[in-house]
Amino acid sequence: MGELLDRCDTSGVASLNLSALVPEPRVNGAIAPEPALEPLLVMEHVAKSFGVVRALGDGSLELYRGETHALVGENGAGKSTMVKILAGVYQPDEGTLRIDGHEAVLASPAAARDAGIAVIYQEPSLFPDLTVAENVFIGRPLLRSGRRIDRRAMHRRVLELLEPLGVRLDPERIARGLSIADQQIVEIAKALSLEARVIVMDEPTAALSAYEVQRLFRVVETLRAAGAAVLFISHRLNEVFAICQRVTVMRDGQRVLSRPLEGLGPDDLVRAMVGRDVVEREQTGESQRGDVVLKAERLTREGVFTDISFEVRSGEIVALAGLVGSGRSEVARAIFGIDRYDAGAVHIAGARLKKGVPAAAMAAGVGLVPEDRRLQGLVMELSIEGNIAMASLGRLQRFGFVRRAAEHRFASDWATRLRIRYLRLTSPVSTLSGGNQQKSVLAKWLSRRPRLLIIDEPTRGIDVATKSEVHRLLVELAQEGVAVLMISSELPEVLRVADRVLVMREGRLVAEFSHQEASEESIVAAATGQAEMFTS
Amino acid sequence: MTTALGSFEEANGEVTSSSRRLADLVFKIREFGIIAVLAIFVIVTASIQSRFIDSQNIKFIFTNATIYALLALGETMVVVARNIDLSVGSVLGLSAYLSADMFNRAHGIPIVAVFAVGLAIGLACGVVNGAIVTLGRVPSLVVTLATLYVIRGLDIILVGGGMVVASSLPNSFLAIASASAGPVPYLAMVVAVVIGLGAYYLRSFRSGRELYAIGSNPDAAVLAGIPIGKRVFTAFVVSGGIAGIAGVLWAANYGTIDSTAGTGYELQVVAAVVVGGVAIFGGSGTVVGAAFGALLLATITQALYVLGISSFWDGAIAGLLLIAAISMDHGIAVSLTAALRKRSLQRGT
Amino acid sequence: MGPETAVSQSGPEPAASTPPPVGSPPRLVALSGAERLRSLVRWESALVIALAATVVFGVSVSSQFLTGSNIFNIGLANGEVAIMALPMTLIIIAGEIDLSIASTLGLSSSLLGYLWLHGWPMPAIIVFVLFIGVVLGAFNGILVTRLGLPSLAVTIGTMTLYAGMAEIVLGSTIVSNFPTGYTTIGVNAFPHTDLSYSAVFFLVLAIIFGAVMHATPFGRSLFAIGWNKEAAQYAGIRVKRTKTILYMVSGLIGALAGILYTFRLSTAEFDNGSGLVLSVVAIVLLGGVSIFGGKGTLFGVFLAVVVFCSLQNALLLTNFPEDATGIVTGGLLLVSVLLPNGGDLIRRIRSRRSRSRLSSGS
Repeated sequence: MGELLDRCDTSGVASLNLSALVPEPRVNGAIAPEPALEPLLVMEHVAKSFGVVRALGDGSLELYRGETHALVGENGAGKSTMVKILAGVYQPDEGTLRIDGHEAVLASPAAARDAGIAVIYQEPSLFPDLTVAENVFIGRPLLRSGRRIDRRAMHRRVLELLEPLGVRLDPERIARGLSIADQQIVEIAKALSLEARVIVMDEPTAALSAYEVQRLFRVVETLRAAGAAVLFISHRLNEVFAICQRVTVMRDGQRVLSRPLEGLGPDDLVRAMVGRDVVEREQTGESQRGDVVLKAERLTREGVFTDISFEVRSGEIVALAGLVGSGRSEVARAIFGIDRYDAGAVHIAGARLKKGVPAAAMAAGVGLVPEDRRLQGLVMELSIEGNIAMASLGRLQRFGFVRRAAEHRFASDWATRLRIRYLRLTSPVSTLSGGNQQKSVLAKWLSRRPRLLIIDEPTRGIDVATKSEVHRLLVELAQEGVAVLMISSELPEVLRVADRVLVMREGRLVAEFSHQEASEESIVAAATGQAEMFTS
Repeated sequence: MTTALGSFEEANGEVTSSSRRLADLVFKIREFGIIAVLAIFVIVTASIQSRFIDSQNIKFIFTNATIYALLALGETMVVVARNIDLSVGSVLGLSAYLSADMFNRAHGIPIVAVFAVGLAIGLACGVVNGAIVTLGRVPSLVVTLATLYVIRGLDIILVGGGMVVASSLPNSFLAIASASAGPVPYLAMVVAVVIGLGAYYLRSFRSGRELYAIGSNPDAAVLAGIPIGKRVFTAFVVSGGIAGIAGVLWAANYGTIDSTAGTGYELQVVAAVVVGGVAIFGGSGTVVGAAFGALLLATITQALYVLGISSFWDGAIAGLLLIAAISMDHGIAVSLTAALRKRSLQRGT
Repeated sequence: MGPETAVSQSGPEPAASTPPPVGSPPRLVALSGAERLRSLVRWESALVIALAATVVFGVSVSSQFLTGSNIFNIGLANGEVAIMALPMTLIIIAGEIDLSIASTLGLSSSLLGYLWLHGWPMPAIIVFVLFIGVVLGAFNGILVTRLGLPSLAVTIGTMTLYAGMAEIVLGSTIVSNFPTGYTTIGVNAFPHTDLSYSAVFFLVLAIIFGAVMHATPFGRSLFAIGWNKEAAQYAGIRVKRTKTILYMVSGLIGALAGILYTFRLSTAEFDNGSGLVLSVVAIVLLGGVSIFGGKGTLFGVFLAVVVFCSLQNALLLTNFPEDATGIVTGGLLLVSVLLPNGGDLIRRIRSRRSRSRLSSGS
């Protein structure tokens, strides 16, 4: 689904005069060649399955030198599997990989590195106790006499690598505490020091501020101009159009489209990704708006969010929109009690909620479906029924002992109600697909009959069919009188389902729209602070 | 040229940042903190009981500290890579007995050969530890706990009810531990040099730095192609070998060795290492710091003795120090990370 | 409710084909519930076989092995260690460890002797000592949960600290004039049975702990915490409170063990109990509890206790030097952790060989 189109200063980037920025684009000493006729890297009909799950059916790609190539697709379309194959972490079941025309087998991350492929992940993993220079040269430090590490040479080389990227970092600084953006730069420097020719960036901008995104764009452009092939994976179509020349669209594990971006618009890409036209706003039924269930009053947590006040009534679906990093999940967690807050109060149905104690929130009828279902929402190795019943064991016990049969029935009921597809309720929940896992998390909370359901990114990483199921479920919940607070980065979802949209930016609530007032442009404008550029 | 925030400086093609300076400062404070505590202890104790700093007491301190410091060298290498070696006490005991017993079995055997025997025993134990940890993928806590038991049991069986007595050992051997230049035993000086070499190795050689990498982020170490198995294995072998040598030195120092030699040493060594600034989960810390930790613990023990406080307080104080050191280091790590992150963000926007 | 369809999705994260680094928890391959049950049953079956083998060994060494008085001896010699294995099981399953429990035993023993020497009435002493045990455990709990310190390091510290405090309290004094009403537990079996008092305590506590662990929400929460602390928090489980409770229970049991130990030996000495903690950890791991947390059964630990105690006893009957029985403990410990990884190891060697064949083909 088309993601939140957070528009950065696109005009600025497009008009950047690179030759003024970098005198002579160099990578590995060579001056940027013209885009070659032969692709540098080719993936041909690569397939990969994990047990019954076919993550990649027909992964194909051609990368040329000197281009920034976008790889787009919904969650689950197979992009990250392709990346892991390029990184040497997975080996394909079928298909071939060719580098410079020769067939290549990337049996391990080391092999991928030797082949000149570098992958920069969304959250790079550096060695926090080692210096930047040591991180760049890890495993292959520069040596001087007697096989001793030559720190001065490494220091100087790192400065050399960083200079054309236009970034200042102290090579002797330990990596601990570096911002994600800086960590990515260190990874890029490492890639360059390894003479990487293919640089894969997997959703690099998700955790970056606007300034850092701009900086990254400049770096990518430098790399491209110097002859590297950059594979840029992103959900943010405006970024794709800003810096990429060609695009490959994946859908359901297959390549759907590979062509230059020239002549394409975002809607075309979305259509290719989704396979159908972007659905216009759905009319949600008029639901009964009841009493105020959640009242957040001037919630503040230093450095994270400030002065957040809003209400959610029973029967309402309120969406909390905003860019990554605007503080939405943190507000949700603070309300639920996982995180603390420094000032303000939370009231549930008029009663003040004790802060910092999830059990108290649960007792007051609040449920939180967290952002990361694998790490926060589920205990992956625990059975499906164990997960579904986890928050309700109090009700399933007698004299302090859990009644197994009752637990099984309970889980089975809810699994049926939510149409969760499983083989055996006693299997670990990790055996379920993403959509069914999310439904298990939902079952866990819905089975408690909450009066307030907070749900963070309800349909992230879920297939299309399950997405609509989840949306329908939320609407039904609201009709039954539950108050729903939904955090979402997917604008179409927000527009389709929400009665009201609150927008956060950099820790503050900056806008509120009713269902009628809300539009993609207005939400995006508020989220990025460009409200003045658009008329209401 | 400095930036507007004054955080960056450049000179002679080299760059320093306030972040680096902050981190360096914190680490230096931590290291020198031990020395400061040490100094305070010595001064306070000496002012109460002036004979604390006579050459006899100082010699005791150095002698006790030397063996622990040596063990701390090997232990640091292991801990820095996010492992632990709890078997060093048992290895020391086994080596002490078997090597000293050589003098009884092979009369006139050169001292060097005895050291070789001790070293061999230690290396063999280290190989077993290292192999099980790396090949068997078993956590080192469990492995070295087990080998602590097994090696001690072997020791007991071999020793039977007997012991090696000092009178059966050649004077030249016993002199190794006792010979000194005034209050400072030659042995302490030698060990200090060895520790210096160890520190240099860990700082300036690739395999040394990779131990830190393994402890700092094991997953990234795998992806970076660091030969984790080899490095960790080597660390255990070295730790074992050092414990073996320490056993021989122990025998030279005490002269009388039975099956209880070295019992409990592993805890003292871990305490010394942690107090000396090595993070229990690896990634940071230095052997010099660990050596000072050993020196501090030995000093405290001797100070308590001199002050007439019963030796029964030793264990409790060591435990308190350990807890204090861990708490402090944790606090430092958390604040340092936050401070560094803040600086990073400030520069960024 | 049909079988899973392979719909496109962000696939489940299978075990990565790069091996996990040394010392880190193995990336867990998704096993079905039936497979996991099978693996647990396999472990417990192995223990039963080991027990049978031990019994055979024991009987072959001495015809007295299975007599009532020998069974009494078995329980007597290791009763305290067995009891301490129970809270240790819970703590390890919750992903932590408590190396200080045996030092709590020692300190309790010292306190018992000290207070008796100073004329306190025994019932009051017992209550007080148990209370102190809880306090010692709470101290551990606070350091681990409030300060967030790693339990391995913390409990090495408190282990040393408590042992040191035991030394301070009692010094070199040895107290041994305890009333025979209490020290009888070191001489006589529990009435109408062949079991020692400590063995009976163990049995009763084992049932309680087993019930809590496997059939109550609290017990479930331990597994959840051990597997995934964050998800447990998000489900409303009060992780900090739970862990603190675990450590307090551990302290209480350690104190109880200290009381039993002292009366059994009819002696209070400052170093009572030193060295026992490693046996406790060995027994728990031998029982199939994963050192990484989240996995294990109390029945397995129960079997491990029986195997361990019987084996010790059988060895002693062969005139094996008592101090050297540590070899057996250590050996059992190694076996119990190598065995599960053994299959893994073989698989890894095979896959590495096939992969190198693949890449050499290009």
